[in-house]
Amino acid sequence: MVKTAELQKKAQLHGVNFYYGSFKALEDINLDIEPNQVTALIGPSGCGKSTVLRLMNRMHEVMGKTRVEGSVLLDGKDIYAADVDVVELRSRVGEIFQKPNPFPKSIYDNVAYGPRIQGRRSNDELDGIVEKALRQAALWKEVKNKLKHSALELSGGQQQRLCIARTLAVEPEVILMDEPCSALDPVATQQIEDTMDRLKENYTIVIVTHNMQQAARVSQFTGFMLITETGEPGRLVEYGPTSKIFTMPDRKETENYITGRFG
Amino acid sequence: MAGHRKQLVYEKAAHGLMALLTAIAVAPVIAIIIFLVIKGAPAITLEFLTEMPRNGMKAGGIFPAIVGTFYLVLGTIVFAVPVGTLAAVYLTEYATQGRLTRAIRLAIANMAGVPSVVYGLFGLGLFVLLMQFGTSLLSGSLTLGLLVLPVVITAAEEALLAVPQSFRQASLALGATRWQTIRRVVLPNAVPGIITGTVLAVGRAAGETAAIMFTVAAFFLPTLPDSPFSQAMALPYHLYTISTQVPGMPDEIKWGTALVLLLLVLMFTLTAAIIRARFRRKKRW
Repeated sequence: MVKTAELQKKAQLHGVNFYYGSFKALEDINLDIEPNQVTALIGPSGCGKSTVLRLMNRMHEVMGKTRVEGSVLLDGKDIYAADVDVVELRSRVGEIFQKPNPFPKSIYDNVAYGPRIQGRRSNDELDGIVEKALRQAALWKEVKNKLKHSALELSGGQQQRLCIARTLAVEPEVILMDEPCSALDPVATQQIEDTMDRLKENYTIVIVTHNMQQAARVSQFTGFMLITETGEPGRLVEYGPTSKIFTMPDRKETENYITGRFG
Repeated sequence: MAGHRKQLVYEKAAHGLMALLTAIAVAPVIAIIIFLVIKGAPAITLEFLTEMPRNGMKAGGIFPAIVGTFYLVLGTIVFAVPVGTLAAVYLTEYATQGRLTRAIRLAIANMAGVPSVVYGLFGLGLFVLLMQFGTSLLSGSLTLGLLVLPVVITAAEEALLAVPQSFRQASLALGATRWQTIRRVVLPNAVPGIITGTVLAVGRAAGETAAIMFTVAAFFLPTLPDSPFSQAMALPYHLYTISTQVPGMPDEIKWGTALVLLLLVLMFTLTAAIIRARFRRKKRW
């Protein structure tokens, strides 16, 4: 029965070590991501939270010379296996970046970008996909009358929700979010958090945040990461249900961090 | 307090000196234009622009040279812009940065420093003789294309590098391939910079004499070029020959020819500037 339980995990990291060039950035990361839940990764700056995130869609490969040891599984299958198509992987595991990064195109063309590169051309079909994605990202009402306007006319919070819609249009299974609200004001942050809460019905979400209150509000599971010293690899110190991590953590370091004694 | 006043004097002096040097740098350009207009404008009539030369170039117009230069510039763009842009795409987007790309970039920088007469001889050897295109618009355009490639590649590379990395990441994270990302996101945003490089290339190609001397240019042709394999007259070469080979050449024809060359380059530049402005209006990040 262990096998079935394993398969129910959406994504798993087993004994992962990660290197940028010769620098070891992560050591022995073990993490199970539950399906249809929000998992938060917290910890001080530079502890490797974002790196863990990028391991799951292999975006680190875009950024230079990197090496991964151990295994990263999606639905039980190793995403670093030789036969895995990284392009297909990234359409299954979407990413929302720290700074909203809409293309300098119209709102419509931003959302339609993913479906179009997948070869969907029919206008009726695209119209439907765009509307659905914008509704899911809670942006439809605000932009339905200006779909042909440039995405760059939107406010920061709207741009970030547009980026969420753009990712949803590809219909991924997992959505990675790298501090998605760090460039946004509290109202826009609240809107994104509400959106995440609804999205988890259909998607698995992993969010990196430096904001502990946010982790406590939005997530069901939390991982706490730490580096002992600059130049040392980041480690996952503790991982478990958010309620437990924030009320009775097993480890002293976790308690120190969440009570604000350092970091 | 005294030290502070001294600094102020220095500051003013430096400011004045730099303004003066800038004026010295700009003055010749303005002087050339004024000089050309004053000397050349009287020669420019409808007949001068639209008719064939007569009486051993001493009368009539320079129409065939205008047409020839126009075709040569067009041919150069058609060859150099796609090749240069794709080379830049390879260097910035695909190639692993390292010893090889450094060597390639060094070679490109050196290409820009090769004298144009060497390109002319190379074009004669490769296109005219070996590939048997003959003395023709095709040979001339290809030679000029090679000559301006470094300019196009360098400008295109800079334009590509100026496109924010976050656009590439967003596209790749949506499951786009590298080529889809380049084709749909990177290149469209690099167009203004690529056009700038093209404009610089046009200026060089239109004014080049040595590179076309052996590959395309004719002293006089009774008919206009009618295929890529035709010889053609060209403004800079025409200017060179009437200034050095034709005794008793009326001065205003020489200045008029030079002015027309300048105006033709200006026309290409202006067109490019308009296209670029259209693209720029859409781009804001």
